[in-house]
Amino acid sequence: MSQVKLHLSGQKKPTEATLQSNNKIEVNGATYSQNDLQLDAPIDGTIYGVILNYKGALEELGSQMYEAPHKQPPQAPILYIKPANTMNAPNRAVPMPSGETQLEVGASIGIVIGKTACKVTESDAMEYVQGYTIANDISIPHESVYRPAVKYKARDGFCPIGPWVVEKESIKNPDDFKLQVYVNDELRQENSTMNLVRSIPKLIQDITEFMTLNEGDLLLTGVPENAPLVKAGDHVKISVKGIGVLENIIKHESDWMLGGVSNETSSSRI
Amino acid sequence: MKRARVVYKGSIYKAEEQQGNIKLHNGLFVSEDDIEWLPPIEPGTVFALGLNYSDHANELSFKAPEEPLVFLKGPNTFTGHRSQTHRPSDVTHMHYECELGVVIGKQARNVKRSDAYDYVAGYTIGNDYAFRDYLENYYRPNLRVKNRDHSTPLGPWFVDASDIVDPMNLQLRTYVNGEMTQEGSTKDMVFGIPSLIEYLSGFMTLNPGDMILTGTPKGTVDTKVGDEVVTEIEGIGSLHNTIIGDDEFIY
Repeated sequence: MSQVKLHLSGQKKPTEATLQSNNKIEVNGATYSQNDLQLDAPIDGTIYGVILNYKGALEELGSQMYEAPHKQPPQAPILYIKPANTMNAPNRAVPMPSGETQLEVGASIGIVIGKTACKVTESDAMEYVQGYTIANDISIPHESVYRPAVKYKARDGFCPIGPWVVEKESIKNPDDFKLQVYVNDELRQENSTMNLVRSIPKLIQDITEFMTLNEGDLLLTGVPENAPLVKAGDHVKISVKGIGVLENIIKHESDWMLGGVSNETSSSRI
Repeated sequence: MKRARVVYKGSIYKAEEQQGNIKLHNGLFVSEDDIEWLPPIEPGTVFALGLNYSDHANELSFKAPEEPLVFLKGPNTFTGHRSQTHRPSDVTHMHYECELGVVIGKQARNVKRSDAYDYVAGYTIGNDYAFRDYLENYYRPNLRVKNRDHSTPLGPWFVDASDIVDPMNLQLRTYVNGEMTQEGSTKDMVFGIPSLIEYLSGFMTLNPGDMILTGTPKGTVDTKVGDEVVTEIEGIGSLHNTIIGDDEFIY
């Protein structure tokens, strides 16, 4: 059993709930399946992401790190912002922009900041964590990490988040969150936060050395190597044991306002 | 109309300029000595442009880009007029960047450059400090250079778009301790305001309150602890900031 905060669609305030071991959600004594609930993204702060924070992703860059234009491996965390227009919800569609045919899935553990964090040390860092959620940090595939990737990462709807925030007390070992990505029910990617270059506390220390994170901000801990590519019509499910399942479908930009995975469709997939 | 957000005796007020005086939203006129300036807007998504004046690009030994070099800034970095910005003791090169800030007034998606000004609410000044020691060749300019706490002063005023006849022909000047160190004109932008709105709205939705910091011209020099930096744009105002060192903090 875990304590979670979820955001019911249309409600201004989050709802506190209990996640049972059979993955049912209990709210005020009543029990629901995840797909009975219409959920919004469970956070509303600034979303920061970090590149090259999985050892495998860094290794993929390999000797390129020593060549122009990079010249040396990254020293401090290399961050980016997923702006407000990217925020998307569980079960909603992600738009495939006109002219594009593939999107890269960005399965990421999100750390929800619990209080103002400035110049925090690694040993104190967990005090500043409220809990954890899942994000799908969608990108248009692109090769270079030399210049900021705003055009590739900041499109409308490119950051589904959810399904809820699991309170940190319910998580035994945040250094071993196991991520699994399924595309149309086929397992396409697996990794663990055990393979992070900077662990969660180290990341918080090294970021808050130069900038303050605020309560409600979401810090994405990185996207693992071998991110699956998806096309319009694909169903993407990111599953993290201890947190839950974030499901979305890819739709052409012209259709995506119309919604996402209907309850019937997604229930049949779980 | 020039508008501001200020703190007066512990409360936050909207304010406006009237004949050189500061009038709070409740009608009270106050002296500048009695207020503190907040950023004139609480911006939503903030875009900043790198190398958007060809003379500044040359100064940094870069060619002007063929596509706008855009990066984003978080809310932690903004501060108001007459604020202080921290220069860490290990920094050897920290420079100001006087920039015209363009504030979006209505939701914009796939806007043509010929219509772009319909989507502008107004203008402000941004001083987009860079701490060059922290530059890395990944997502350059990375956030450690460009998104430090309180290192992007904004203000003092938000000026209504209707008050600025031609935002693409405004003088920009920066003074360090009273001496002019930077001078340029918005007419020398590589990508002008209409092009930037067309470019950004071409791939994402811009919302009211979002802001574009449009880049800086040639003349960025290192600023030291104690320096008074005034970034000024014709018709918009003068934005003051002081550089402070580690001594100002008690750890």
